[in-house]
Amino acid sequence: MSEQAKKPAKKKVELDPRFVNYKHVWVVIESERGEVHPVSWELLGEGRKLADALGVQLCGVVICGPGERGKGICGEAFTYGADKCYLVQDDVLKDYRNEPYTKALTDVVNAFQPEILMLGASTLGRDLAGSVATTLGTGLVADCTELVIETETRNLASTRPTFGGSLLCTIMTQRHRPQMATVRPRVMAMPEADASRTGEIVEVPFSMIESTIVTKVLEFIADDTRDKPNLPFADIIVSGGRGLKKPENFQLVWDLAKVLGAEVGASRPVVQAGWAELDRQVGQSGKTVRPKLYIAAGISGAIQHRVGMDGADVIIAINSDPNAPIFDFAHYGIVGNAMTILPALTEAFKAHLAQARKAG
Amino acid sequence: MHSVVCIKQVPDSAQIRVHPVTNTIMRQGVPAIINPYDLFALEEALRLKDKFGGTVTVVTMGPPMAEAALRKCLSYGADDAILVSDRAFAGSDTLATSYALATTIQKIMGNMPVDLIFTGKQTIDGDTAQVGPGIAKRLDYQLLTYVSKIVDLDLEKKEITVERRAEGGVQLLKTATPCLITMLEGTNEMRFGDLDDLFRAARYDLKVWNREAAGIDDAEMIGLKGSPTVVSKVFAPRPRSQRAEMVETVDNDPKNLAVTLLAKVFTQHPKLEKEIAKRAG
Repeated sequence: MSEQAKKPAKKKVELDPRFVNYKHVWVVIESERGEVHPVSWELLGEGRKLADALGVQLCGVVICGPGERGKGICGEAFTYGADKCYLVQDDVLKDYRNEPYTKALTDVVNAFQPEILMLGASTLGRDLAGSVATTLGTGLVADCTELVIETETRNLASTRPTFGGSLLCTIMTQRHRPQMATVRPRVMAMPEADASRTGEIVEVPFSMIESTIVTKVLEFIADDTRDKPNLPFADIIVSGGRGLKKPENFQLVWDLAKVLGAEVGASRPVVQAGWAELDRQVGQSGKTVRPKLYIAAGISGAIQHRVGMDGADVIIAINSDPNAPIFDFAHYGIVGNAMTILPALTEAFKAHLAQARKAG
Repeated sequence: MHSVVCIKQVPDSAQIRVHPVTNTIMRQGVPAIINPYDLFALEEALRLKDKFGGTVTVVTMGPPMAEAALRKCLSYGADDAILVSDRAFAGSDTLATSYALATTIQKIMGNMPVDLIFTGKQTIDGDTAQVGPGIAKRLDYQLLTYVSKIVDLDLEKKEITVERRAEGGVQLLKTATPCLITMLEGTNEMRFGDLDDLFRAARYDLKVWNREAAGIDDAEMIGLKGSPTVVSKVFAPRPRSQRAEMVETVDNDPKNLAVTLLAKVFTQHPKLEKEIAKRAG
């Protein structure tokens, strides 16, 4: 808005006549076996802002099997900000398969013509987005970290990390519609659900015969999630990096995490060195996290790492180098040796919590 | 059997530095490597060749220097290598790249039918994971992304069964060949090439195809013209408006530092204190 105020004399840009019929912001609501991937709600939160900036509706697209509470999912989408949901349900859409899902989504897009189409950058979202963009011959920007509308042109400016997270670049799809983007889980904030919100469900017929679909799902083996770290949704994370010097010292990270009931994270170099499992890697080539508290011990704060944890509410950094980049974006910093500070923090938290328990 | 493996030569992103003033990538001295994810694709193709015999053809689109990456693949045991290189490809985004590679693969198929196309799950420079799916769509082949294991391949029946990493589990999928597979990382380990292959790779007369040779007649489909996405700005991340509040004590004793930090954090974020107490309790 401030842009317009600054340049009142600027001529209004004519919208490309080919784009006139492309309206509204869409989010693909990803569900598997009736379970919605939380990234879809995060996208609705972001999509709401884009739709409001454009003065259009926010719509969800729900693609699933007939027995999978499609309408229930639409109802949930309304509480997270959607005005309307397109619901495509069919027997062939029970399990995710590229071919029928690509056809289903491409058909709805061609029928109702959104100007923006967003998907989560999950394994499903990436598989589907690449196929749909190619089929539609439009632009797709992967793993966006920031989405902004250029009000005059109605173009979407999508910013994403590039070169392994060393730089950011802003990408536009000026000559094609819809403009497509994927966003990784936890990059955008989870919106508050508003139970009073409702919306319109548009059921879209879909007919594809199973015998014409080449790929068959023989079996689905659900992951054993017990004892698996779930960093993206952890509220408190203690992470360790190369500054810990030796693999044995990584235990100090675990000690503090235990006191805080936190998850343990790690930077890329120490995962590569085998001090921590791949599931714990935070950053561009690892997980994106959004905890309430992130403690980084012995992590310099390379952009590679930063893009994965920048969304934390409170960041505490411990590093022996006062010029380490992590102090540029942490909220609290201690210049010192992580090997001595970490045990001191563990003790301080322990004492503080014991006192709080006594008082409470 | 005949497998085509698409690879990309990339700068080793772990060694990339950004110029502090101009915010441009400093490529000088940064080694160019085969995209690490592509090695899992190549190794899988080589394993199938060990089992069924046949040919592995490696393809890359890139500048002339990408030849080094192809020779490396030959030294691992690939049979043939094609470099698709033309100034006309400059500025190609993922859509234009998938068009160029799909057309090239069609040209390859004209000489020898292809059973499987492999790519890595994504590259480490672009990280988009879009080119593999794009090639499959353009060729109208079945797409199998994030494959962790090839369970069965029946060349007679033209059928393949794979395990695919999906959200929350693994899908066991059966489909028809030819199809396109993007291999998940960590699923195999690249072999050491033998000495014969090393010598062969050094001397091999690899094919360099320009746009016409690759069979791309429509120049509108590649380069900037064929790319719907346009990079409008490249920049370094902004620092937060405020630098971290540094915690210091007179003696800088770890214990005192820790206690001071806690007091500061909990005073400014009382909610966080409650949250931690709740969890620990």
